[in-house]
Amino acid sequence: MATRRRAGAALALFMTSALVVAGCSSGGDDDKPSESELYKNPVTLTWWHNANQDGPGKTYWEKVAKDFSTAHPTVKIEIEAIETNQLQRTRIPAALLSNDPPDIFMTWGGGELRDQVEADYLKDITDQVKTEVANIGSAAEIWQVDGKQYGLPFRMGIEGIWYNKDMFAQAGITAPPATFEELNAAVTKLKAINVTPIAVGAGDKWPAAHWWYNFALRDCSVDTLKKASLDKKFDDPCFVKAGQDLKAFIDTKPFQNNFIATPGQNDPTSANGLLANGKAAMELMGDWNRGTLDTVATDKAKLAKFLGWFPVPAISGSAGDPKAALGGGDGFACAKNAPAECVEFLKYIASPEVQKGYAETGTGLPVAKGAEAGIKDPALKSILEATSQASYVQLWLDTAYGSTVGTAMNDGIVGIFSGKGTPEQVVERMKAAASK
Amino acid sequence: MTSTDQTRFPAGGVSTPPAGHRPAGRASRRAETRRKWYEIVGLTTPAIAVYVMFVLVPMGFAVYYSLYRWRGVGPPTDYVGLRNYTLAFQDPIFLDALRNNAIIVFGSLLIQGPVALGIALLLNRRFRGRALFRLLVFVPYVLAEVTVGIMWKLILVEDGTFDALLKSLGLGGLVQAWLADLDVVIWTLLFILTWKYVGFAIILLLAGLSNVPHELTEAAAIDGASWWQTQRHVTLPLLGPTIRIWAFLSMIGSLQVFDVIWVTSVPAVRSLGASGTMATYMVDNGFFARLWGYGNAVAVILFVISFVAALLFQRFILRRDIEGAITRRAN
Repeated sequence: MATRRRAGAALALFMTSALVVAGCSSGGDDDKPSESELYKNPVTLTWWHNANQDGPGKTYWEKVAKDFSTAHPTVKIEIEAIETNQLQRTRIPAALLSNDPPDIFMTWGGGELRDQVEADYLKDITDQVKTEVANIGSAAEIWQVDGKQYGLPFRMGIEGIWYNKDMFAQAGITAPPATFEELNAAVTKLKAINVTPIAVGAGDKWPAAHWWYNFALRDCSVDTLKKASLDKKFDDPCFVKAGQDLKAFIDTKPFQNNFIATPGQNDPTSANGLLANGKAAMELMGDWNRGTLDTVATDKAKLAKFLGWFPVPAISGSAGDPKAALGGGDGFACAKNAPAECVEFLKYIASPEVQKGYAETGTGLPVAKGAEAGIKDPALKSILEATSQASYVQLWLDTAYGSTVGTAMNDGIVGIFSGKGTPEQVVERMKAAASK
Repeated sequence: MTSTDQTRFPAGGVSTPPAGHRPAGRASRRAETRRKWYEIVGLTTPAIAVYVMFVLVPMGFAVYYSLYRWRGVGPPTDYVGLRNYTLAFQDPIFLDALRNNAIIVFGSLLIQGPVALGIALLLNRRFRGRALFRLLVFVPYVLAEVTVGIMWKLILVEDGTFDALLKSLGLGGLVQAWLADLDVVIWTLLFILTWKYVGFAIILLLAGLSNVPHELTEAAAIDGASWWQTQRHVTLPLLGPTIRIWAFLSMIGSLQVFDVIWVTSVPAVRSLGASGTMATYMVDNGFFARLWGYGNAVAVILFVISFVAALLFQRFILRRDIEGAITRRAN
C-alpha cells in the first residue's frame, strides 16, 4: 500500500515537472529569451559534428566548446564526433525520430534541411541570428526554408580544379584553362608527357557526379536550376545536354585507368592520393580538399609548393552563366527543444573570432566576414577570391535535391562513367526517384 | 499510466494457496502444477522478453514501415500498400543483387565444401606440425570482416601486391582490374569470401571427423580397404550431419552477407549492380537514398528469402538430423 502511494506521488511529481518543463520550453520557443533567462540554470548541450579524425579540425572544436564553457560556466558541452556519412545518413535521422536528439548537430542545408523543418525538428532562429546572417551574407540562404533561418554555416566554398603547377609547367601549359577547349588542350599536353591528366574518385560516386553538376551549371540557366530545386521536374533538355557533354568529355579519356573503383579521399590509392603524391595533374574538388590532400600526402612540403587552384572552366556559347559556381558548406542547427543556450553557442561558432581560428586550421573556408585573415594557404586564398566573384553559387545538386533524387542522379551519372548508362537515363532515374 | 500497470501486477513472490479444508491430494497436485507453471514462466520470461523486444517487435515494425512511402522524417503517413515490394522487383539493380547472392550461395557451397573436406581429411592424419597447420587454416576466419576487406582491397589494388605476384610468376596476362572490372568483381569477392570462411568449414569438419569412431576405420583397414575406400565408405557417410549443418550455416550467411562486400567494393561498383548483395542494396537505398520505407521492404524480402530457404533446407535436408524438432515424423 505504502509503495503504491509513493508511486502515485512520484507520478504526480513527474507530471507536474513535465508540465513545468513544457511550459518553459514553449515559452522559450515563442519569444526571444530575455537576458535573465539565459545562463541561469545549468544546461548540458550535446554537440554532434563530423571532425572525427584526429587533427586540427577535431582539436579546434574541442577548444571552441571549452572556451564557451569557460565564458558561461552554466553551460556544459558534450561532444560526439562521428564520421560524416554515418552522422548525416544514420545517426542524426535516427536521433531526430527518437525523442532525444542532440541539441546542436551538423546539417548540409538544402533539401535535407527542408525535410527536417517540415517534420518540425528544428528551432527557428531567424530573430536571434540576424547579425550573424548579415555578416555571413548570401551563403546563409542555404540554411533557410521559406525565408526562415534554421541553421548557420561554419564552412562554405565553391569547387574548382586543384592542380599540380610543376606538371603544368612541364607539359608547357602556361596559364590555367579558362574554357573547356583550353582544358581539353591541357589534357592532350599532359598525356603527351605521360601524366594522368585528371584524377576522379568515381568509386565514391559523388566526385564523378560533380563533373555532371558542372556541365549542368554551364548548360542550364540559373532560373532553370533554381526551379528544379523546388519542383524537381527536370524536364528542361539542358539536363540531358549535361550528360551528353560529360560523355563527350569522358570519351577524350582525361581520367586515370579503372576510375570506377577509385575512392575519392582518405586513402593513398584515392583520387586525392593521386594528386597529392604527384601521380595525376588535376582533381575537381571543394575547398575542404586542402585539408584532405594533406592527410594523404607523403611529402606535405612538396604538395604545398606545387598545389594550385583554378575555377571550373566556362563553355563558350552555353546557356549557363559562366561566372556561376557550384558550392556548398557545412552548418549547425539546433533541435526544436534544445535550450536557448544552444542558439547562443551557434552564434558563437559563427562569430568572426571563432571563424578566424577555424580558418587557421586550414580544414576549410570560413563564412564570416572578418575571418579572412586566418587563411594562409595561397590555393585557399584564390578560392575565397573566386567565391566572392561568383555571380551565383548553386548548392551541390545532390544536397539541393535531397538524398533520394541525389542518390538516383549520382547512380545515373556513374552509369555514364562506366559506359553502361546514357545521358537520358540520368534524368529518367531522377524523375523516378522524385516519386519513390 | 505505467504506475497503474505496475500496481495491477504486483511484482515478485509466488503466493502459496491457503492451507485448509480442501482435499489434500488434489490440492497438492494442483499446487504442483501451478508451481511448475510459475517456474516455466519465471525462467523463460527474460529470454522471451528479450526475443520479443529485439527480434519480433523490430520485425513487426519492418513490415509496418515497408508499407509506407517514408523518408525517415516524421512518422510514416503515406500508406502505399505493396508498392515498395513491386518497385524492388522492378529495379534491375535489385535483381542484380539477387543474382550476386545466388552466385555467393552456390559458389560457397561448391567451392568451400570440397576444399574444406579435402583439407580436413589431410589435417586429420597424423603428421609433424599438424597443430600449426590447423591454426593457420583457421586464422582468416578469426580476422574481423572489415580487416579482411581492407586487406584484400590493398592487395588487389591496380599494380598492387597481387598483380606483382602474378607478373613475377610469369602470369602477367592474367592480371585483371580485380575490383573495377564489372564482370570480374563478383568472382573476386567470391574468392575473398571463400578464403575467409573455408577455415570455419574445416574446423567444423575436423570436429565431425574426431567423432568418427576409430574402430570403424580400423575394421575397414583390417578388411583390406584402402585409405580412399575408408574415407569414401566409412568417414564420409558419418560426416553427413556435420556437412549438412555447415551447408545450412554457409547458405544463410551467404544470403545475408554484408560487411566484406561493403568494405571491399566501392559504392559506384555496387550501384551498377556488379557487386552488391541484398543487404548492401538495403543499406544503400534505405540510408543513403533515405528511402526508409523502401529499405524496410527490402529487409523483409531478405528475411522471407532466408526464412524460406532455411525452412526448405530443414524440411528436406536436415530432416534426418533434427527429426521431430521442427518437422513432424513421417507417418
